[in-house]
Amino acid sequence: MPYIPNTKANQKEMLAAIGISAMKDLFNDVPEAYRYPELKLPKAASEIEILDELYRIALKNSTTGCFATFLGAGAYNHFVPSVIPSLAGRGEFLTAYTPYQPEVSQGTLQAIFEYQSMVAELTGMEVVNASHYDGATSMAEAAIMSVNVSNYKRRKIVVSPSIHPQYRETLRTYLPGKQVEIGGDEDHAVGLVELKGMLDGDTACLIVQNPTFFGELLDVDGLADAVHSCGALLVVVTNPITSLGLFKPPGEYGADIVVAEGQPFGAGLNFGGPYLGVFAARQKLVRKMPGRLVGETTDTEGRRGYVLTLSTREQHIRREKATSNICTNQGLIALMAAMYLAYMGKSGLRSVAEMCYHKAHYAAGEIDKLDGFSVLAERPFFNEFVVQCPQPVAEINASLLESGILGGYDLQKDYPDRKNQMLVSVTELNTRQQIDHLVDTLGSIGSVQ
Amino acid sequence: MKVEPNARYSKEHEWVRKEGDLFVYGITDHAQDQLSDIVYIELPNVGESFSAGEIICVVESVKAAADLYLPIAGEIVEIHEALIDTPEVLNSDPYEEGWIVKFKAADPADWDNLLSPQDYENLVEEE
Repeated sequence: MPYIPNTKANQKEMLAAIGISAMKDLFNDVPEAYRYPELKLPKAASEIEILDELYRIALKNSTTGCFATFLGAGAYNHFVPSVIPSLAGRGEFLTAYTPYQPEVSQGTLQAIFEYQSMVAELTGMEVVNASHYDGATSMAEAAIMSVNVSNYKRRKIVVSPSIHPQYRETLRTYLPGKQVEIGGDEDHAVGLVELKGMLDGDTACLIVQNPTFFGELLDVDGLADAVHSCGALLVVVTNPITSLGLFKPPGEYGADIVVAEGQPFGAGLNFGGPYLGVFAARQKLVRKMPGRLVGETTDTEGRRGYVLTLSTREQHIRREKATSNICTNQGLIALMAAMYLAYMGKSGLRSVAEMCYHKAHYAAGEIDKLDGFSVLAERPFFNEFVVQCPQPVAEINASLLESGILGGYDLQKDYPDRKNQMLVSVTELNTRQQIDHLVDTLGSIGSVQ
Repeated sequence: MKVEPNARYSKEHEWVRKEGDLFVYGITDHAQDQLSDIVYIELPNVGESFSAGEIICVVESVKAAADLYLPIAGEIVEIHEALIDTPEVLNSDPYEEGWIVKFKAADPADWDNLLSPQDYENLVEEE
């Protein structure tokens, strides 16, 4: 029974109120030919036939397991231990909506608290929220927070051109209502020195990515001082796997807000999402921090428990003056990140980072020896590097695919001046054989030239 | 409800008292009672100027966040920084220890136009 509570008389009254005579007039903006198309559906099929057909369609898909994958550029093919999907898939956790009520959700709240604590340690920051949708939205929230911290007295956001292009695009999509000026990345050649020169009394924050979109580590010496001396905040977009042990975490070089894509922490590639927006800040800025926050407390009998805290920042209490309109978090993926970090432990995570680093450097060294190819690395890099190729990256990638290799990211798409430049990513999942196969295949492409 | 006889009042439940050439500003006993336990205050900066009725700071209690308004135009001369660590003073002693800022009024005569203690008491009763 269709449940449409309004009567014919109600409908007539509503149509009259908006000045039309019949319901079908509501669809006048849809071209007539498309309004009531005839659906040419095949005859109903049996379950067996349907499954057979779907299986054949599914065979057309390829997954990362079918290739040697050297594509990264923000989403990385890291190992996901089996324990994670098997635990995260349990009925107690696997819900479409994160339950935050402390009386029924101690497990979920504790998992978020553990996630926050571990990320704080990794980034070297004091407070971490319960997470956002992805790294790009975390970065946009960081920009809004910076403007909030200045009480809207500073409305300029300076962004480095070596930040992920999609993150910068998200920032511009996210902020148009805030009367904020975003700049710094118009000229792709701009570096830290020029960015520092753009800071002034109107600047709410400088956002940099470290390692950059091109995989390079920034020279962060004196960066925070330069930003703070003009009263702005330093926002760092980072790759959380690099922080532990291998390189200085952003908290140690003076970052005020640290954001990251948490996908490398056991989430898998998932065809592009769901991912995880990591967000960390200094304690003194916590009142301006967006998003949910779980705290540890004790109940009336002195037992340990977990609750959402500092909710007065949030929309359901502060309405339009809230720090953000985000009143949720990426619960399941944050849980998976907590599981990944706990499972890998300090030494496990460090060895993942070391494997990424060493394998990437081996690959870079071998590729650089090839005729026609050169690695463009002026600075130290982590697990990604730029290769100058002898021909368009799209053509090279087509050849690589025929040899079972998913090639790197074509930088020319976002940076027109980076002609024939490929961003190559290497993770712990790339074997020596895969890397040698990539080098040999590139070599044979180069020699055809 | 306590009302401080030497102060004048706003409809937004703030008080202003003369102190030499300056004015002292805080929230009323009724305001702190309505908010219940105050856990945080975000103070303005010394040197900032506000027009009459402009938001100068935010207080948060366990159940609400509220904006505070400066009822007459002026420039902040001193802020009560100790409140950041002990916001509960706003509850226990709103008229003395719980003062929030001292400011220089753009026109000191504006003070005379605020509510008298009696008018304020009547206002609260009507609410």
